[in-house]
Amino acid sequence: MSWRTELSRAAALAWKDLTAERRTKANFNSVVFLAGMILLLFGFAFGPDANALRAAAAGVLWLTVLFSGVLAFNRSYQLELDGGALEQLLLYPGSRKTIFLGKLAANLAFVLLVEAILVPLAAVLYDLPLAKPFPGLAGVLLLGTFGFVTLGTFYAAMASRVRAREVLLPLLLFPMLVPVVVASVEATSAILAGDPMGDAGAWLRLLVVFDAIFFTASLLAFEHVIDE
Amino acid sequence: MNEMDDLTSSRFSDMPLRQSRWVGILGWAAFLAMVGAQAVGFALSRPERDMGHLQKILYVHVPVAWAMMIAYFMVFVASILYLMRRKERYDLFAAASAEVGVVLTALTLVLGSIWARPTWGVWWTWDPRLTTSAILLVIFAGYLALRSYTEDADRRARWSAAVGILGFLNVIIVYQSVRWWRSIHQVQSSPSTVDPSYALSLRLNAIAVLLVLAYLVARRYHAARLERVAESRMEVAALGEGGAHV
Amino acid sequence: MARQTGPVSTTLGARDGGIAAVAVSDIARRFGRRWALRGVSLHVEPGTIAALVGHNGSGKTTLLRIIATTLRPTRGSGSVFGHDLVRDANRVRDLVAVLGHTPGLYGDLTARENLEFALRMSGRAPTRRDIDAALDRVGLAADANELVRTFSAGMQRRLALARVILRGARLILLDEPYAAFDADGIALVNGFLAEHKAAGGAAIVATHDPVRAAPVVDRFWAIDHGRVTPTEPALLLAAAAGRDPAAAFAATGAIVAGHADPKRAVL
Repeated sequence: MSWRTELSRAAALAWKDLTAERRTKANFNSVVFLAGMILLLFGFAFGPDANALRAAAAGVLWLTVLFSGVLAFNRSYQLELDGGALEQLLLYPGSRKTIFLGKLAANLAFVLLVEAILVPLAAVLYDLPLAKPFPGLAGVLLLGTFGFVTLGTFYAAMASRVRAREVLLPLLLFPMLVPVVVASVEATSAILAGDPMGDAGAWLRLLVVFDAIFFTASLLAFEHVIDE
Repeated sequence: MNEMDDLTSSRFSDMPLRQSRWVGILGWAAFLAMVGAQAVGFALSRPERDMGHLQKILYVHVPVAWAMMIAYFMVFVASILYLMRRKERYDLFAAASAEVGVVLTALTLVLGSIWARPTWGVWWTWDPRLTTSAILLVIFAGYLALRSYTEDADRRARWSAAVGILGFLNVIIVYQSVRWWRSIHQVQSSPSTVDPSYALSLRLNAIAVLLVLAYLVARRYHAARLERVAESRMEVAALGEGGAHV
Repeated sequence: MARQTGPVSTTLGARDGGIAAVAVSDIARRFGRRWALRGVSLHVEPGTIAALVGHNGSGKTTLLRIIATTLRPTRGSGSVFGHDLVRDANRVRDLVAVLGHTPGLYGDLTARENLEFALRMSGRAPTRRDIDAALDRVGLAADANELVRTFSAGMQRRLALARVILRGARLILLDEPYAAFDADGIALVNGFLAEHKAAGGAAIVATHDPVRAAPVVDRFWAIDHGRVTPTEPALLLAAAAGRDPAAAFAATGAIVAGHADPKRAVL
């Protein structure tokens, strides 16, 4: 199949996942409420001193994204497992990489939408500046989320199909996320502090490199993982 | 019936039920080398000026950390070979290496902590090598967990190969990112920068630990193949004579 | 008619001189320690319909999944229209459509959206006319814009059948195609199979119920404990007669009368 056909297949898959999500909203709503709850809990853990909260904000924000976003990945494959849809999906001719790209796009849209609610909420709860650092913050959120969702989509393809999926996905995924988390948290806290040392750019470039490595490796390994 | 005979003879007859003599010899060699290396370490090398006898932990700690990396590298290579050639033996070898790697990682962390407490005053520090070892332990514990949860042999082999490859690639990236994040570790200790008597102990220990690694991997690999032989015997029993006559 | 909209009627048949639609030899498949298939060989020629008759757990579904390339055999090999099941899996997928024993539909999409998705995923642009025709054929025209979640089991099976019809595949694999269907649905399946056969396509029907399949099937294979043996329909029907003599009698009548007659499909 030509790459244009493959691209339209990936788009069809992403559209299908997002349409199903849009119709039920069950998953999105619960993930958003869970994320809000985690932000409050971290507030109790670090607060109520406003300075302590602000100092911890970057780390808290990314851990909240991780803990809530991880729930989206298994659900994305659960759609395929209910009623044997995965079997049909694997019957279509064409590259397996396309399935990965479609799932990745849908999960990326999902987690970015959660963040669109989560970040302003964190700004209110933790008294963070949002307007001034917005471009940098949007950049790090995009790059960090891309790395997170790439690995999440890859590992959930396996974890969602074994008995202990709720435990296995974080166990496989979180240690792999260390580089992405370190770079994202450092960049975020630098940007929120107004980037006094001028090192946010270096962390962002590093994130681009991590994303490229993990994306390539996951894309290549995916076909060995998705087949029955 | 012919097919079944072919199957059992061609694929499994080269699989020795009894372990090769060399594995036993390897085991004894590993044991003697380990004892000898410690004897040399305690008898010949002087207590270090600052650390005293504590120094001797490093003779084992450092080689064990090397051996751990070698074990994970073997997982990486065997996993790539499995995905390329789809031969079961690569999968079994990767699994055996990962099991030994996890044990060696745990040993590295424990020895490092015992050494760090009197030397640096803390059990744990956010040093790149220490942190990377801890993450490695989790990654490959996850690898083994995935294997134990996956029942179909073919699927287990493919999935764990993918996880093994990505996990190993991640080691380098974790190490670099933690190093940039924070580094307070002393410069790497290598045999050339220390007193000759220390170097001898370190080298002897390195040889001993490598022998232990080879012995343990060989044993685990053999055990995994024995399980396969048992399964193939059951296969013959299940398929029976003439099982393929249609 | 939906059939004319796909490539089915125009391209099937004549062009594969002597190539079997399905040829598998000595296929075995293990799940953990259980052997689902223990050395299966069979051939299906273009323009014929084969039935695999066996109980639950006899290996029917496993064999269909291997032929559909979604499962690799533990050992043995096979091909579909000359394309190897493992090496040319992608070519095989182009030629095969499956009616699985689970419908494989998305409950939060409408019937029409499910079919559009299936066409897009097989690399074709969905046209409204094709989809309407397929929905009409399976009797779901009025429910085209309803969420599949609200469908009964029988309606979901009909929609899955519409998807198979739309694919226009040369080989069709059907796993328990008569389950959840009323008499009308059974006639629908058999009518479609008869047309598919007449156009030179091939099909394998896996079922525990030879009586339903008898009107369209050319060749019966019994499958039991992962082994397949060619068998005479009369034997299967006699066995079935123990359960439902009237149906067996009707089916035997259908065979004697010429089993390609779709009108006799309603038993």
